[in-house]
Amino acid sequence: MMLRLLLLLWMAAPAAAQLRVDITSGTEAPMPIAVPTFPTGAGAATPAGNTLELGRQVASIISANLAGSGLFKPINAEAFPAPGMAEVGQPQFGAFRTAAAQALVTGFVTANADGTLTIGCYLYDVFSEEQLLRQGFTVTPAGWRRAAHKCADLVYSRLTGETGYFDSRIVYVAETGPRTKRVKRLAVMDQDGANHRFLTSGASLVLMPRFSPVSETLTYMSFANNRPRVWLYNIGTGSQQAVGDFESMSFAGRFSPDGRTLLMSVTRAGNADIYAYDVGSRRSTRLTNGNSIDTSPSFSPDGRRIVFESDRGGSQQLYVMNDDGSGAQRISFGEGRAGSPVWSPRGDLIAFTRIQGGKFRIAVIRPDGTGERLLTDSWQDEGPSWSPNGRVILFSRTERGGRSSLRSIDLTGRNDRRIPTPVEASDPAWGPLLR
Amino acid sequence: MTQKTLPILMLAGALAVSACASKKEVLPAEAWQAAPAQPQPPIDQPGTVPAPEAVGSSALPGSQAALVAAAGADTVYFPFDSYALDEAARTILGGQAEWLVRNGNVRVTIEGHTDERGTREYNLALGERRANAAKNFLAAQGVDTGRISILSFGSERPAVDGSNEDAWARNRRAVTIVVTGG
Repeated sequence: MMLRLLLLLWMAAPAAAQLRVDITSGTEAPMPIAVPTFPTGAGAATPAGNTLELGRQVASIISANLAGSGLFKPINAEAFPAPGMAEVGQPQFGAFRTAAAQALVTGFVTANADGTLTIGCYLYDVFSEEQLLRQGFTVTPAGWRRAAHKCADLVYSRLTGETGYFDSRIVYVAETGPRTKRVKRLAVMDQDGANHRFLTSGASLVLMPRFSPVSETLTYMSFANNRPRVWLYNIGTGSQQAVGDFESMSFAGRFSPDGRTLLMSVTRAGNADIYAYDVGSRRSTRLTNGNSIDTSPSFSPDGRRIVFESDRGGSQQLYVMNDDGSGAQRISFGEGRAGSPVWSPRGDLIAFTRIQGGKFRIAVIRPDGTGERLLTDSWQDEGPSWSPNGRVILFSRTERGGRSSLRSIDLTGRNDRRIPTPVEASDPAWGPLLR
Repeated sequence: MTQKTLPILMLAGALAVSACASKKEVLPAEAWQAAPAQPQPPIDQPGTVPAPEAVGSSALPGSQAALVAAAGADTVYFPFDSYALDEAARTILGGQAEWLVRNGNVRVTIEGHTDERGTREYNLALGERRANAAKNFLAAQGVDTGRISILSFGSERPAVDGSNEDAWARNRRAVTIVVTGG
């Protein structure tokens, strides 16, 4: 992406402020926050629109991101006057206190002589009147949305103590047509649904796209030429490459945290085993062996362990093994089956699909098998994917009768919300934070 | 009627009259009386078209239809979360094997499918197992495994759209597809 981010000013506020969102309990009410339209002085025309309009939209994007996290409750902008340029650095706190805001996000949008835009991002504690954040982003006009996401990420991070996740993308499978002849296309979009693009034509069935954590590369499965196998797709150049030279089906590809290894399943004589494919040398190593279905492999963030699903014990369950395939231990027990595990980027949890009592639900469990918690309750929720900060889980929901959509839920089990897509959708995967 | 065609028709009429006149030396006077106006038939007068000729299909040797005719079906069904072949499935596959042994040039692909009640990855693996179970049965009956390829679609290509027991039962299947005939 054509984007230049310039650090203009960085003034981390002293640690005196007590303003903080508790993200662990899952019980606290969302923090009331004011995000008025960003002023621009005299409006200027840019390729992205007039800066007056951009100021309104930047505030709206920040507001939508914060509201979407479930941790903030933006206050209706009519409850206070929109600040002018002079008030960005010295807000009239009284109006925001009257509106019952605890925090204030403000800033500005200005057009520069060289054609770039500068977007200022300020955060205040409304009661102590302390400035908590002041940073500017300089972007090309095409990159203005990213500046808004970056600002929202800083606010989220400053108030929760966690890394943000708004400046990121989602890849998924767009679905059209009747279920017996479903057309499936790869599509990519910003985390909030903007900048949507289809990546494949729909001529071949495609499944399970996933981002590389370190590059502009996807892995996915395609049925091109009736040869179902894992592919790599460089979304920067558009170049594609089949992975490995397996006679049989390969599927369920997923990158290692350093992007150098691709884990996947390869079938042989009707059984699926897990292989590690070295992207650089193009050599593959078999990690599991036996008469069972071993699939859905996912590395721990330190790259030393792998969680996967296997029916070696009689039914589909979760196992953790070392990165060389040794030492496999079952971690899921209890009623029902467990599948499609994926290790949190924080390392402390594994999200998976719990199949129980005729329902498919998103759940989390610790890597040692303790602390299982169900997060969703629906007819068929499956295929979890973590936000870059490990706080939110994206998944696909299929309703009885077949309609499928993307949803996300907070780790606490709150804020089950729909992610808008232009057509029906499945197999979502969250990409890394953009750089 | 267009102005262009009118003179041509008038000319044709004149020729017809003159030809008529040349045959009959004397025309009776009444023949020249103006004929009563005839009602014009409507342009969109209903017409009838004979029914299309019947085209029956005949199972050509080495075709999908021939396989179905010989074995009774190209599809076998499975219980939930299973790749076990029951008696009905073994009977059908037995018929397919006999036919394949007789038609030695035929190559087939067995497509394995699941119902929607499984995770995406597991369904792909289960579909592969079902196709492989059918392949192994054919091989045990003497069909060269080099003539049989397998392809799993998981739950991606249901035969029937529906989220109920009947639809699921009809979607848990392995289908033998003739790819090259004899």
